Amino acid sequence: MPRVFLGACVGASLAVAGAGLQALLRNPLAEPYLLGVSNGAALGTMLGFVVLGQYAFVRPIFAFAGAGLASAVVFQMAKSRSGMNVERLILSGVIVTTFLSSIIVLFTTLLDAARLRSFTFWLLGDLSQATYQGFYITLIASIVGTAAIASQARALNLMMIGERDAADFGVEVSRVRLIVFAAASGLVGTAVAASGSVGYVGLIVPHLLRLSIGSDNRLIVPLSAIAGAIFVVLADTVARTAISPRELPVGAITALIGAPMFIYLLRKS
Amino acid sequence: MLAAENIDVELSGRSVLRSVSCRLKNGEITAVLGANGAGKTTLLRALNGTISVSNGEINFDGRLLKDMSRREIARRIAVVAQENETKFPVTVFEYVLSGRFVRGGPFGWETADDNAAANTALADCNLADYSARMMNELSGGERQRVVLARALAAETDVLLLDEPTANLDLAHQALMFTLVRKRCRERGMTAAVITHDLNLASEFADKVLLLRDGSIYADGTPQKILTSENIFPVFGMNVLLDENPASGKVRVTTVF
Repeated sequence: MPRVFLGACVGASLAVAGAGLQALLRNPLAEPYLLGVSNGAALGTMLGFVVLGQYAFVRPIFAFAGAGLASAVVFQMAKSRSGMNVERLILSGVIVTTFLSSIIVLFTTLLDAARLRSFTFWLLGDLSQATYQGFYITLIASIVGTAAIASQARALNLMMIGERDAADFGVEVSRVRLIVFAAASGLVGTAVAASGSVGYVGLIVPHLLRLSIGSDNRLIVPLSAIAGAIFVVLADTVARTAISPRELPVGAITALIGAPMFIYLLRKS
Repeated sequence: MLAAENIDVELSGRSVLRSVSCRLKNGEITAVLGANGAGKTTLLRALNGTISVSNGEINFDGRLLKDMSRREIARRIAVVAQENETKFPVTVFEYVLSGRFVRGGPFGWETADDNAAANTALADCNLADYSARMMNELSGGERQRVVLARALAAETDVLLLDEPTANLDLAHQALMFTLVRKRCRERGMTAAVITHDLNLASEFADKVLLLRDGSIYADGTPQKILTSENIFPVFGMNVLLDENPASGKVRVTTVF
């Protein structure tokens, strides 16, 4: 049972983080997994596990720090004099993601065979090791993070049109940026600490919602939480049953749907 | 009144404005003229506080602009900037409503007042039928009018316009200026307009501000400022001046 609850919280967290980052960066392709945020969180989680393995609660904290750090690096890299363009952002995300992946691989060489298998599964996004403790932490983070981003939804409506315009019309841009980045890092960090990198949820869910109800973030953000929860629970059901009795990592299912969609969106933009 | 007193502005170490003073009075349209790179946009940005001045000060009805918060300024000064393209599906109505941002709370939804202001602004800009259209489906000129409608919907005391007529056809250039003038006359709004069209400036502006290399070269009424002695040093072009037979205002003809 914790598996279903955890899946719902992880889905909500990732979808809301995606919706928030997309509006903030004025880019419908922004996604925690593609921007290196998830891998930052994953590395943080592993560090937490290696350094202070006996305390489970440090992992989300390390994951949060890793997510925040990775996103800060990516956004610094993507920034240029003329602002931030799509290609630069995606490229920076890919570079940071591969760099972090190689460090994660280095870490895994320190593990024995049994733990290696569970870690590899976890990295791909895995809900099978769900615990109630992980669920509670993720639940609290998903509620707080969603509320934080939803509170900025009206400002995000202006930010997604243009940062300078938003400032002209009274948005305190740097404050909104800080709140949304911190909230997104928290959401992704706790989700990854509990279930690894479940990719593309933050891309698919807000995009489908925008297609059906438009771009108003006051609707998109809360509905992303609900739809993200449903999406991951369904994907996990497929992951559990598709090749039963063996299991697939849920991240494999979401990536199977998300990657082609990403290519489609990239071609369209 | 919005007044700059001897302001200097530096952008990434480069001096862009030097000792610029100007007064935008209630009910008046001021045209800001000058060659590319003269500092016109920077002046407008300084006047709404989104670029900070390194020397001098800006007064807004007896208060220093730098002591006012972003929200306070936005409640009273709106900007029509060159339009940003958005990758998200935003309707014209949503776009115009976003001009009302500071009126509601951060959690709040728009009130009937907000919707009414947006509808009035859309109707004023000949966009009443465009409400449900998507921004990214419009032509450049149509989008430019939506950007004006958003600023009008904000119902501010001051309107700063950065080349609002750049993409507009003849009729809509006139409509844009007529609308701004109407708001100035009827509601005592203050407007500053950057334009490259000297004849529009002559026709509609009460004051003209001529910028050259980051300094004020001349300022005063269009009649006084639009002379070949002023225009040649600023634009490097010879012009012929006469009287527009329809309006009696100065008419500027470029000599190629």
